Amino acid sequence: MLGVFQTTQKLRTSLRLLSRAGLPPVDLQVQLLLRGRCPQSATFSRELHLGPGGSASSPAAAPQRLPFSRVTVEDLTFFRKTLPGRAITDPDLVQSSNEDWLKSVRGSSEVLLRPQTTQEVSQILSYCQSRNLAVNPQGGNTGLVGGSVPVYDEIILSTSLMNNILSFDKISGILTCQAGCVLENLSLYLEERDYIMPLDLGAKGSCQIGGNVATNAGGLRLLRYGSLRGTVLGLEVVLADGQVLDCLSTLRKDNTGYDLKQLFIGSEGTLGVITAVSILCPRKPKSVNVVFLGCETFDQLLKSFQLCKGMLGEILSAFEFLDSECMRLLNTHLKLANPISDCPFYIVIETSGSDSDHDSQKLHNFLEEAMTSLLVTDGTVATEESKIKTLWSMRERVTEALTHDGFTYKYDISLPVERIYQLVTDMRQHLGERARSVVGYGHVGDGNLHLNITSSAKDPALLASIEPFIYEWTAKFQGSISAEHGLGLKKRNYIYYSKSRPTVAVMGKMKTLLDPKGLGVQWRVFPPCQRSRCAGEPGRWRSTPPSPSPPTSPPQLAAGSRTASHFHGIE
Amino acid sequence: MSGRVLVGVKRVIDYAVKIRVKADNTGVVTDGVKHSMNPFCEIAVEEAVKLKEKKLVKEVVAVSCGPQQSQETIRTALAMGADRGIHVEVSGKDYETLGPLQVSKIMAALAKKEDAQLIILGKQAIDDDCNQTGQMTAALLDWPQGTFASEVTLDGDKIKVVREIDGGLETIKINTPAVLTADLRLNTPRYATLPNIMKAKKKKIANVKPADLGVNLTSRLEVLKVEDPPQRQAGMKVETVEDLVGKLKEAGKV
Repeated sequence: MLGVFQTTQKLRTSLRLLSRAGLPPVDLQVQLLLRGRCPQSATFSRELHLGPGGSASSPAAAPQRLPFSRVTVEDLTFFRKTLPGRAITDPDLVQSSNEDWLKSVRGSSEVLLRPQTTQEVSQILSYCQSRNLAVNPQGGNTGLVGGSVPVYDEIILSTSLMNNILSFDKISGILTCQAGCVLENLSLYLEERDYIMPLDLGAKGSCQIGGNVATNAGGLRLLRYGSLRGTVLGLEVVLADGQVLDCLSTLRKDNTGYDLKQLFIGSEGTLGVITAVSILCPRKPKSVNVVFLGCETFDQLLKSFQLCKGMLGEILSAFEFLDSECMRLLNTHLKLANPISDCPFYIVIETSGSDSDHDSQKLHNFLEEAMTSLLVTDGTVATEESKIKTLWSMRERVTEALTHDGFTYKYDISLPVERIYQLVTDMRQHLGERARSVVGYGHVGDGNLHLNITSSAKDPALLASIEPFIYEWTAKFQGSISAEHGLGLKKRNYIYYSKSRPTVAVMGKMKTLLDPKGLGVQWRVFPPCQRSRCAGEPGRWRSTPPSPSPPTSPPQLAAGSRTASHFHGIE
Repeated sequence: MSGRVLVGVKRVIDYAVKIRVKADNTGVVTDGVKHSMNPFCEIAVEEAVKLKEKKLVKEVVAVSCGPQQSQETIRTALAMGADRGIHVEVSGKDYETLGPLQVSKIMAALAKKEDAQLIILGKQAIDDDCNQTGQMTAALLDWPQGTFASEVTLDGDKIKVVREIDGGLETIKINTPAVLTADLRLNTPRYATLPNIMKAKKKKIANVKPADLGVNLTSRLEVLKVEDPPQRQAGMKVETVEDLVGKLKEAGKV
């Protein structure tokens, strides 16, 4: 049995109770994890959240609660004084912030705080530091790896009310805004001024820019405008002790010392709370075309990509793909009709430029070439806003269609481009009839595959078949087990499939440096055995680590690649 | 029976674009704004192409009145399956004052010249919402009209049209030649597929001037002012019923 279960007497009672139902032990643990509650213990159900459906002995099990303080009446009084009317304890209102968008993980926080200024965030964090209260920063709560919601009763610190645009420079295109601005609102603001945001993703209606930066979100425009590591010029971050770190520069070039903001980009909230962002925005293109093409084989798709880069080059702004299974889900669940005939693979290509005649000429040449060389079997072009939106929705709404198909297991993998679809076909073969749908889609132009598997309900046996098969497969080709979604809670135990032990050890040191008491976001990014190693301070807040849950088998390594010692989860 | 269908297609500001009124209140900003085919005209083209695919008509001719850019709109119709296009050149001041009466005179003249059996138009344009061109064209030609069509069936030399009216659906039978105007539920316009887009580049678009058709473009209408609708005022929250009554009295509503 895991360390997790050894601590609670109540748990043993409930186990005995359930065992009378005649279930074998392994299923018992699974049932408990799935339901997160049992007849005997309300406290137990509060202490364990809905894990990702893994069996208790899998690395996906819920971590143990650290001994941080519980919220008292005095604490609430302080919060209510600091944030009048914005310290929420009404369970109905806190409920939605406790659960992620996929409804796959749920915490049991009782306090939701909504600051409006950086100063308020600083006051809250320094108070929580002094009281040893754990805090969970939350933006739009659209993350897909369970990183945005509390695991236990951490206080939720929402940036939703920090939604002011601070300044916009029309000449340089530099936008400065608070972290709680919704991405779509920023896009609309900029479009009126003839600019656009350098990133775009399906969750734009809800996701906030602070969260985007904390996740180092990729999105549909990365191919053209690059990642947030290049476009974010400055950040304002509040550290765990309430100290405000003002790195909110608006300069393109500034080589004075270490570039600290890069630490926070992609840190998933573990190093500090981002409160303001300054970002470089590109001009709104005068001419946008979207092409929806159909290909017979993935090989032809890749050749089309090469042709595309050659003939469309500098006007190419997106190259996405989806497979026929995705189309089937869009047709079935969202009633979106296929704009062209049925093909095994579909490509969405977007061009953005400053001259519509020049762009349509290039596009027509490319399409003519693609059709005559039979790389593409069918397709359609859109130049009008309304049609462009419709064609994009074929790609952007696949995530939504999947939620209607059943319980979804989501994977976001970076691989060498030619290997991308091989993972999907291998997974289909590996799972056989056990999965309802296995679909592949994503930013093929960036070498990023979104592999999703659905089943009618949470199925631990299915999960055990998928993981670690998928991670081992990825490690075999030196890919990344999380290209853009981050590690969050769900993938924290798999970091070693893509990063070496010394690297992760240094990351742990940074975490301890910036959050010595460990009250900021915990149980994200790092696996438990790593946390136990980053005990920089033997203070009483450092828990005795549970017996480390090892990855179920060491990753397979390709011959001649890095040595085995880098990848073992246990020493 | 030539089996020829004329389809009118209008180039309008794309419906997804945010409209802005010009600073001098004489009209809306059209420069640099995305334009596309009027959605009801798309439905009209789709219906004509469907009739051709069913071999009920022999040729589909797409017609548009406007400046040089109207040719793009005709090309879209050709990519959807029209056989050839006619671009009636109207630009500058004439284009600014072009309205249903002039367009219907042009369509009537073309119908006679091309010996058309059927004219299909969209029920209205989304920029002026006039809903007049179809009706006026039928009157000028003295042809029957099937407007707001949600279903069209060719039956020998007659046409059965199901019309969407306020009270529900009305079915009428009219003689050919006739004018039809398409309503939203008539069909779902197809996406122009690549092979058709490529083919469309080779199809012919003829250039015609209104004077060649003997049409006088002078308008009898003058636009006085164009302005934004009034901004929606924010609402007010009140705590008690007394407050509500007080505020209503203040505003002179009770």
